[in-house]
Amino acid sequence: MGGWAIAVHGGAGVDPILPNERQEEATRLLTRCLDIGISALRSNLSAIDVVELVVRELETDPLFNSGRGSALTEKGTVEMEASIMDGPKRRCGAVSGLTTVKNPISLARLVMDKTPHSYLGFAGAEEFARKQGVELVDNEYFITEDNVGMLKLAKEANSILFDYRIPTLTTCGGGAAMENQLQMNGLPISLYAPETVGCVVVDKQGHCAAATSTGGLMNKMTGRIGDSPLIGSGTYACDLVAVSCTGEGEAIIRSTLAREVAAVMEYKGLNLHEAVDYVIKTRLDEGKAGLIAVSKNGEVACGFNTTGMFRGCATEDGFLEVGVW
Amino acid sequence: MGWAISVHGGAGDIPLSLPPEKRLPREAGLRRCLDVGIAALKAHNHPLDVVELVVRELENNPHFNAGKGSVLTTSGTVEMEACIMDGKTMKCGAVSGVSTVVNAISLARLVMDKTPHIYLAFDGAEAFAREQGLETVEMSHFITPENIERLKQAQEADRVQLDYTQPIQKEVPKDAALADGDSQIGTVGCVAVDNEGNLATATSTGGIVNKMVGRIGDTPIIGAGTYANHLCAVSATGRGEAIIRGTIARDVAAVMEFKGLSLKEAAAYVIDQVPRGNAGLVAVSSTGEVAMPFNTTGMFRACATEDGYSEIAIWDSPTK
Repeated sequence: MGGWAIAVHGGAGVDPILPNERQEEATRLLTRCLDIGISALRSNLSAIDVVELVVRELETDPLFNSGRGSALTEKGTVEMEASIMDGPKRRCGAVSGLTTVKNPISLARLVMDKTPHSYLGFAGAEEFARKQGVELVDNEYFITEDNVGMLKLAKEANSILFDYRIPTLTTCGGGAAMENQLQMNGLPISLYAPETVGCVVVDKQGHCAAATSTGGLMNKMTGRIGDSPLIGSGTYACDLVAVSCTGEGEAIIRSTLAREVAAVMEYKGLNLHEAVDYVIKTRLDEGKAGLIAVSKNGEVACGFNTTGMFRGCATEDGFLEVGVW
Repeated sequence: MGWAISVHGGAGDIPLSLPPEKRLPREAGLRRCLDVGIAALKAHNHPLDVVELVVRELENNPHFNAGKGSVLTTSGTVEMEACIMDGKTMKCGAVSGVSTVVNAISLARLVMDKTPHIYLAFDGAEAFAREQGLETVEMSHFITPENIERLKQAQEADRVQLDYTQPIQKEVPKDAALADGDSQIGTVGCVAVDNEGNLATATSTGGIVNKMVGRIGDTPIIGAGTYANHLCAVSATGRGEAIIRGTIARDVAAVMEFKGLSLKEAAAYVIDQVPRGNAGLVAVSSTGEVAMPFNTTGMFRACATEDGYSEIAIWDSPTK
């Protein structure tokens, strides 16, 4: 045991009829990000630097739902959020409502390192970004044609199925009209775009770190905050473990999923694999989600109750795996 | 069993020398809110309605750092946040960056009840409030002269002020300084359980004096400042950063569940893990127990249980 370990994800909840081409693109991207992380670890970068580096890569690539390629709000704009946590001392930083910051995860890191706060949102976060001189772009930069099309379909689906103002009865499995169609958060899976990205790392010193970034829910209300920037829900890291989650944001928040993994290890003495298993099986109820986690002992684990999760993991002793299903 | 309720008006370095003109209105406020809550529980209102009602009262009271009386951002504006959670259903609602809504906790409740989301912030939250017909006012409604003065002092001292109840003075005592200055003193909150074991929690705040515009604290973060499940309901107060990284509210329930501790033991355990001077919380369990631990100098608090016990306190009391 011991040694470094890394895991990356590009979202839990994959359309069962996802075209092969898309699966291949995803696999290539995950592999590339894993390689970037592995090189960094071999060069003795610390866990916190590695997770930021890898998530920047995922944000910059338009494939998944973060940075460029983010899901769109109901207004057709992009509002991004991210959080990062450093296991030693459990320092953390988070941002929400970003519209011009090219790499949200780096801004979250700056919140952690350069302010007395843990979380900045919206206009205040953008102002901080300007003052810090981080790279800013127009909101259009983040919007892809793919997602413009998805938004249109999502709106059509919503207007047929339900009014968003009525509380959804279940977080998946929908109403009678959608019986046979795979759904997450009340939307057909093909439109839901749950591809939040994340990375967890334990470095050679046994220090853990986690980072998560997303554009959020397709067709979300402007101002909606999901689980990704919430410490304890989408992201968590402490001395024992680092966790990054993805899936139905509301379900992840309700179950404080990321913290849950660490809590059962801490308070019940479960090991990493047992903890991940236990949490996925018993804490999500109707909710659909997945997570990646590494422990200070160099172990890595993934768990999900969805149909698939884009993921990749590697450990110092040579284990490497990239998967979709 | 039986119902129980607990209310807080913030934990912090509340000086023992707090003058009567600052202490009495707050004690009176706590007493009144406790009574409102007790009456509501006796009338068999659901704990979710009880905690919302009580927190609305606290928000309307200008002596507490929530709603009217909220502390100011570095720009002299008000940005309020609130959160509510139902222990049985685990449904929750949160808002941040609210500047014109009279009762942020009610907006959080509407996010929970009327949207498929949990958390709305800033412009989106404000727009939703208007859509829902909630009472909105000019931001000046929330700003008190005391808080304008506090901001001025904090900016002169160029630090984020710790305890909003400190008498406004030119020299802030050295031992009140914190290296990274992120504290969230003066949040308000309420937890309640009825005699069927239904639990609920609600927390509301203006944040910390001189905070950066857009700064979000622990209050609206489920598991940090606010949490409820079938075991207990918790509302925390103190240094936001410490509460977030310690996932305080969630941990009380986790420790009860995974270590089999009682509410009081679990709450004390969790507060003990936080560096001194940083946090306090109020909690009730499904069986009607109450806990109000804090590791700061004081915490404005009150509680009552169906068997007739009640308490209002600021500093250490013999039975904590």
